Amino acid sequence: MIPMLLYAQDEVGHVSDELIEEIARRVGVTPLQVNEVLTYYSMLHRKPLGKYHVQICTNISCLLWDADKLWEQACHKLGIGHKEATGDGQISLEEVECIGACSWAPAVQVNYDFHHFVTSEKLDQLLDGLRKKQ
Amino acid sequence: MLYNEPSPLETRVLSRRFGMPNSASIDTYLATDGYKAFLKARGMKPEEIIEEVKISNLRGRGGAGFPTGMKWSFVPRNSPKPKYIVVNADESEPGTCKDRLLMEYDPHQLIEGVLIAALSVDAHAGWIYIRGEYRYLIEIMDKALNEAYHKGWLGKNIQGTGFDFDLYTHSGAGAYECGEESALLESLEGKRGIPRIRPPFPAVVGAFQCPTILNNVETYCAVPAIIRDGGKAFADLGVPKAGGTKLTCLTGHVNKPGVYELTLGFPVMKMINEVGGGVRNGKKLKAFIPGGSSCPILTGEECQDATMDYDSMAARKSMLGSGGVVVMDEDTCMVKAALRIMRFYAHESCGWCIPCREGTTWLRKILTRFHEGQGTRSDIDLIGDLSKNMLGRTFCPLGDAAALPTISIVEKFRQEFEDHLNGRPCPFEHAGHMVTV
Ligand SMILES: Cc1cc2nc3c(=O)[nH]c(=O)nc-3n(C[C@H](O)[C@H](O)[C@H](O)COP(=O)(O)O)c2cc1C
Ligand code: SF4
Ligand code: FES
Repeated sequence: MIPMLLYAQDEVGHVSDELIEEIARRVGVTPLQVNEVLTYYSMLHRKPLGKYHVQICTNISCLLWDADKLWEQACHKLGIGHKEATGDGQISLEEVECIGACSWAPAVQVNYDFHHFVTSEKLDQLLDGLRKKQ
Repeated sequence: MLYNEPSPLETRVLSRRFGMPNSASIDTYLATDGYKAFLKARGMKPEEIIEEVKISNLRGRGGAGFPTGMKWSFVPRNSPKPKYIVVNADESEPGTCKDRLLMEYDPHQLIEGVLIAALSVDAHAGWIYIRGEYRYLIEIMDKALNEAYHKGWLGKNIQGTGFDFDLYTHSGAGAYECGEESALLESLEGKRGIPRIRPPFPAVVGAFQCPTILNNVETYCAVPAIIRDGGKAFADLGVPKAGGTKLTCLTGHVNKPGVYELTLGFPVMKMINEVGGGVRNGKKLKAFIPGGSSCPILTGEECQDATMDYDSMAARKSMLGSGGVVVMDEDTCMVKAALRIMRFYAHESCGWCIPCREGTTWLRKILTRFHEGQGTRSDIDLIGDLSKNMLGRTFCPLGDAAALPTISIVEKFRQEFEDHLNGRPCPFEHAGHMVTV
């Protein structure tokens, strides 16, 4: 059921009520049971995120390469905070735990794409690019 | 393209195909001794396979270091139930990024390791549980599985040997706790990742109530070499009670961070100075985490004669852990490090046990206060006491994983906590502060 929820979310953008109903029907459980499971997992979202979900790791290995400063920079630049999206729905931000890129820190993930050795300049360019990207 | 330059000090057994052209393809794999170990194992008795793994002194690479051969021998082979093989590819221990490379560059090595494990307990199906963030790896693994099915290395009657095996990938969806073996099995069954009470252990009652072998990616990846070259050759690479090599993720303040395959027993200082090119900017080594944020921290002095193996780390009251080495230079604020580590555990606690759920949240709050200069002298002891009260009082080891590093930081770097007292700003902070806590 967990991969089903995640892959469905990728299609729809978030886990909507209709999606819960549909998955409950297919798996043969109640919508409440689906809801109970999905609230446990940090990658599953009940509310829409931005088209580009920017996830900045600030866990220990990234922190030692000043990931906390990158996080502040991104919040400041976009004018949004943790798990918030820009007004046009283009970009959302999330401060995440270790994403398994610790030796190439600091690391950022945009949707499923990894960015390694992120500097302040690279982050700036990345965000500018996402603002314009279709 | 590799993520980092290899080091000449590496001993490349599991990573020997890294960097080869098309290293992930089955053709490259077959052209470089691939699947030979499976055919050899097919000619061996199950007990002989397990004996070879025991001789190799292979210990689990997921963090706990349990002897792999012994774990496999616990599976009741005569049980009428089906037996399953589960691969733990949840890789979420902060500091760890090695399983990723094993799957990206050499997915067939993992498949072959799983097949050999299956032969040893007569299993016919298995899953690779991959963390949700590693979507591109799920795609790489699925492609490799397809190739293997297509060329007759998975499915019915593998290579005419009469052995059947099906292997599937399964995605996680963001939960550190799902790396814990019993929580992983719950998640695999479509539930919240709340651990199970043990015993019974997964070897006896695992996936879908059936006997199950559950190991880390790197553990399975070591198996083809063990069967191909013999357990003794693998054992000889390491130290007496721990054989082989370990993929070590050098992270933090080193000049050349990266993943390197080093023999067990590799000296810590040689690893930092020669493999990692020394501490960044010529600074001094202040602190060292041997294998992921769950391990008690060592001071620079404690590292001087330490080696990267289970016994050397145990003698220093730490653990070899998962291979996620974190190097901290003299400018690192240890209060901030303790806070960031605790924030992680507070976020990831599944909430089942009160000491873990409340303890991690409380500690996070105290450490936050402390880092902002609002702590009191009695808070220093409170941090230690609270952590000690979590030890051994929880259903899974996450509670201990949160407490142990914290206790070690307070004990070994008490002065830094004192320096944060009386409303003084963090002495290490040049600009900015932690925004969200
Ligand atoms: C909170 C927690 C998280 C864990 N995360 C992982 C993980 O991401 N990958 C892993 O292989 N083992 C992880 N483990 C260890 C597993 O429970 C288990 O010991 C391991 O997968 C067994 O395989 P091994 O013997 O090959 O190491 C974790 C343990 C705990 C308590
Ligand atoms: S120790 Fe923490 S993570 Fe483990 S079962 Fe208890 S509450 Fe859950
Ligand atoms: S700590 Fe940031 S990716 Fe591991």
